[in-house]
Amino acid sequence: MSHKIVIPLGPHHPLQEEPAFFELSVEGEKVTDIDITVGYVHRGIEKLSESKHFDQVPFLVERICGICSSSHPYAFVLAVEDMLGGEKNIVPERALYIRTIIEELQRIHSHLLWLGLAGHFLGYDTLWMWAWRYREPVLDCFEMITGNRQNYAIFKVGGVRHNIRDEDIPIIKKTIGDLTKVVDMFCGAITDDPVIKARLKGVGVLTKQEAIEWCVVGPTARASGINIDVRRDDPYGIYDQINWNVIVKEEGSVFAKIQVRILELYESINIICQCLEKMPEGEINTEIKDIPIGEGIGRIEAPRGECLHYVRSDGTNRPIRHKIRAPSYMNVPSNKTTVVGETICDAAIILAAVDPCYSCTDRTIVLDRITDKKVLNGWDLIELSRKKTKELRRNFKSILK
Amino acid sequence: MSLKLKVLTKSLWVYHAGCSACNNCDIEILDALTPRYDVERFGIVVVGSIRHADVLLVTGVPNYKTKEELKGLYSQAPQPCLVIAIGNCACGRAMFKDSYNSPCAVDEIIPVDCYILGCPPKPEAIIAGVVKLIQKVGKK
Ligand code: SF4
Repeated sequence: MSHKIVIPLGPHHPLQEEPAFFELSVEGEKVTDIDITVGYVHRGIEKLSESKHFDQVPFLVERICGICSSSHPYAFVLAVEDMLGGEKNIVPERALYIRTIIEELQRIHSHLLWLGLAGHFLGYDTLWMWAWRYREPVLDCFEMITGNRQNYAIFKVGGVRHNIRDEDIPIIKKTIGDLTKVVDMFCGAITDDPVIKARLKGVGVLTKQEAIEWCVVGPTARASGINIDVRRDDPYGIYDQINWNVIVKEEGSVFAKIQVRILELYESINIICQCLEKMPEGEINTEIKDIPIGEGIGRIEAPRGECLHYVRSDGTNRPIRHKIRAPSYMNVPSNKTTVVGETICDAAIILAAVDPCYSCTDRTIVLDRITDKKVLNGWDLIELSRKKTKELRRNFKSILK
Repeated sequence: MSLKLKVLTKSLWVYHAGCSACNNCDIEILDALTPRYDVERFGIVVVGSIRHADVLLVTGVPNYKTKEELKGLYSQAPQPCLVIAIGNCACGRAMFKDSYNSPCAVDEIIPVDCYILGCPPKPEAIIAGVVKLIQKVGKK
């Protein structure tokens, strides 16, 4: 008879910088089931954002997650601009270029960071140190443009807050140019290394069918042969005027995910170079006086996949509803298929392969402190949600009158 | 200074507990380990278990779930254990203080020895903070 053992991982563990709790059920070496408990990072940002005005919310939402701290404000700003008639119609062209450059710089920094962590999980600490060392110049670029290494505070409704100075452009170009060689090196170090190949090829495969069923997004989906990318499918910024490719791999394994991310680094470098070449002179901001009554949606291809913000306004200076759906919320559950059936020593890298980010993902449930039972069941939630809609409708009517 | 503290400040082993931080502070801590800052030169090492640690680094605003975790972690730490709160969130809850899920700041749960401000603090600031902490402990 085989023993069933449950291995608890976390919530504070050295593997990841964020707290999350995994329970791996194993039989011998094989993982038979996985349970993920999140909620250690829930801060109630959606609710908080309803108490801030439209100019303050970008500062709040960039603190959802530190790694993609320009994607969330960008998505929010897009959603608000959607209400105002579309990003392209109100934002000056130079601001669009700056937004695109920031987005891509962030993708480079995020992918390098993940690459380093992946190397760390594999016991390949040299890769970790390299990747993080070469990430520093990118952060310097951020510091040069926005004044901060992380949390850039650059997005605002109607434009951007910081301009890229002319004297900075050659420095950024040089940094990015040097990065190409670095990515070449990583490409060689990872894709040609026999040990890494043996570790990762065919491990944690997410087939195309499964990827569709689990609704994964971003690089996780593209590594499984699904050709989606918000930058191309629903262009924002200046992506529609620039030549670049969507990287798609068919294999679905961890190796394919690494490949997709490395090749995306080349594309990001390419996009930034083109943007810096083409960037016109001019204003970077338009003054927005009022936000009209209405609702808007902003979609962004964050480094981990599609990030969606929904904002509803009642004509005052605050959003009355702000809904956020971050990419990891879609990607993390797919671990349920990829980890099961693999050996326990591969579990760490498979769990990390979707580039999980729990601060974006966390939701919360209400528990009774004494009995530890869930107090709200599904029907209660639906009831609550209906009540809220009713209330809003009532308020909406009084506002519309 | 007691012998214990003297030995402790020679080579700090730190344990990092993220309590609903936004990642940035945690990344900057890891960043301090990587080649540009490389605090391992000074014997500062991140360890995998609180039972091996001399210093507990706390980032983020504790929520109802991590509040209990943090209490538990601190009670498991071998004493003397220094606590450093990193980032505005950990120091004073910053913009999350009105949130329904942030019951209290870190220093209301466990005693904090050193506050490093910034959102996120730069690795230089973190290193400077640790140096100040060592000096402070040395004076005792
Ligand atoms: S202080 Fe700033 S960077 Fe650090 S966890 Fe809080 S919001 Fe994030």
